[in-house]
Amino acid sequence: MEEQKANKEGQSEQPHNDTRRDFLKQSSLLTALVLTPPTVFNAAAARLDEKVAEKFEKVPVTLEINRVKQKLSVEPRVTLLDLLREQLNLTGTKKGCDYGQCGACTVHVDGVRVNSCLTFAVMLDGKKITTIEGLAEGDELHPMQQAFIKHDGFQCGYCTPGQIMSAVACVREGHANSEAEIREYMSGNICRCGAYPNIVKAIQEVKNGGQKV
Amino acid sequence: MLSFTLSKANDVAGAVNEVTSKKEANFIAGGTNLLDLMKIDVMTPRHLVDITQLALKTIDGNEAGGLRLGALATNAETAYHNEVEKRYPVLSHAILAGASAQLRNMATDGGNLMQRTRCYYFYDLATPCNKREPGSGCSAINGFNRIHAILGQSEACIATHPSDMCVALAALDAKVNVTGKNGDRTIPFLEFHRLPGDKPELDNNLQPDEIITSIDLPANGFADNFAYIKVRDRASYAFALVSVAAALEMEGDTIKEARLALGGVAHKPWRKPEAEANLKDQKATKGNFQKIAEAYLEGAKGYEHNSFKIELAKRAIVRALSQAAHLEEKEQA
Ligand SMILES: Cc1cc2nc3c(=O)[nH]c(=O)nc-3n(C[C@H](O)[C@H](O)[C@H](O)COP(=O)(O)OP(=O)(O)OC[C@H]3O[C@@H](n4cnc5c(N)ncnc54)[C@H](O)[C@@H]3O)c2cc1C
Ligand code: SF4
Ligand code: FES
Ligand code: FES
Repeated sequence: MEEQKANKEGQSEQPHNDTRRDFLKQSSLLTALVLTPPTVFNAAAARLDEKVAEKFEKVPVTLEINRVKQKLSVEPRVTLLDLLREQLNLTGTKKGCDYGQCGACTVHVDGVRVNSCLTFAVMLDGKKITTIEGLAEGDELHPMQQAFIKHDGFQCGYCTPGQIMSAVACVREGHANSEAEIREYMSGNICRCGAYPNIVKAIQEVKNGGQKV
Repeated sequence: MLSFTLSKANDVAGAVNEVTSKKEANFIAGGTNLLDLMKIDVMTPRHLVDITQLALKTIDGNEAGGLRLGALATNAETAYHNEVEKRYPVLSHAILAGASAQLRNMATDGGNLMQRTRCYYFYDLATPCNKREPGSGCSAINGFNRIHAILGQSEACIATHPSDMCVALAALDAKVNVTGKNGDRTIPFLEFHRLPGDKPELDNNLQPDEIITSIDLPANGFADNFAYIKVRDRASYAFALVSVAAALEMEGDTIKEARLALGGVAHKPWRKPEAEANLKDQKATKGNFQKIAEAYLEGAKGYEHNSFKIELAKRAIVRALSQAAHLEEKEQA
């Protein structure tokens, strides 16, 4: 439910028509003012200034996300992960920890795997982002996605988008030459369900199959 | 996270100018440590100077016949660089023992030096911490201090510096090139980080107006006789409890020069050159390695939960030196 709300809001959030959002923001701000006793109000005045100012602090940024160029307007403190999930409706990329400790948020930036939770979106101007949604070619799943299905490389599936993005990079980097190497180079992706043996099998199959990844 | 403004620096002088002219400003590079700390309000910059566009990404030969690592080269680019792998494998191994593939793609060499401690209380705004809030007290001394320091600590702070890369750089006698308002200077690696003393809020000797531009490696990379050992709670993707970088210059089975740096035990990468000197012209034997291990841990002090580190460090030293001298096989993933 929470997620849906955020998405709807996100969809309407284009630079030219974020009026609804601004209205909501302002009206809750006004409600807050009305309900606040004057002493607290004075103390909080500086803080409110800041809130109002934020609206003017959005920064334009152009990103190519899953082969589509997007001109966006983003606050500097928004991470790539939050931009994807909450403003662009790309909820395939998961938030596990938000602190770089789990890998659920793994995406590719200019072909390199990174943790989107530890990246400010505005610092990626002009870069190409690939998320799990951009891996398949039309209806044709990526070989790594097929291999994860075949080998049952997941249980609850929450870590899976990050695992797959990381696994594709692992093979491309040439770090999938043995089980031990795969385990080491996939260590940045934690699986709470413990699907590791099957994840390793899926990666080995793709690596040994010699398909283009 | 508090809101902040962000500007992109185009050159080093511009970056220094931005960071000094804006209030509560910080540089940001890979962001892997800064975002972490900003999300929990331990660091609260109001302006960030994005230095990722600066032309400091190259890794190239330097005048000393060594290698110059640009401050914005990523940890991954550094570890996999041909020359680093070939001439400075101890550095390559140390970097690859740290963090994860994703994080190493983001983390920069300059940022790695500047990363802050992983002390739990430093991260927890609800507890006193002299490093985060000078004068508030140290929660770790009588708290859960399993990951804390056993050497060089003070009553004010027993935190460790968490980097793996820096342990190898300390062993290699690297130099840090920085630029500030008054121009450039070079800081020998062992003088870059500092002990906590009564100012634990300062991790290192870099001044607020200074930016790291590069790291110089000297010509000798000890490529034939080296080892990096990292002992941690799980096999990968965990910080070191104790780590050891060992590098030897050998003639047959005689040691001509020895370098030994420890991580996870102090507020800075730990070296003891006078103890290293005792290995000169000695045979590479476990007995001699045990002696230097004892010398390194002389004066070590453990707390309720980390006393095990003293013996652990000694054993890791003997093993690392034995591997470096090829008395033992390296276990590598
Ligand atoms: C889950 C996790 C696990 C990790 N495990 C390990 C590990 O096992 N071993 C290990 O060594 N590290 C580990 N790290 C830490 C990681 O290596 C550092 O966070 C990284 O090196 C910091 O580099 P950065 O470019 O991302 O720095 P940023 O986060 O961008 O910056 C960190 C600080 O450095 C300053 N700074 C950056 N560049 C410069 C410069 N050129 N000049 C002056 N100041 C500068 C910034 O102002 C900031 O204060 C881990 C991190 C995470 C999140
Ligand atoms: S050890 Fe240092 S960082 Fe940790 S609580 Fe004490 S003062 Fe803070
Ligand atoms: S959500 Fe990014 S690493 Fe966990
Ligand atoms: S499948 Fe459940 S966390 Fe990995």
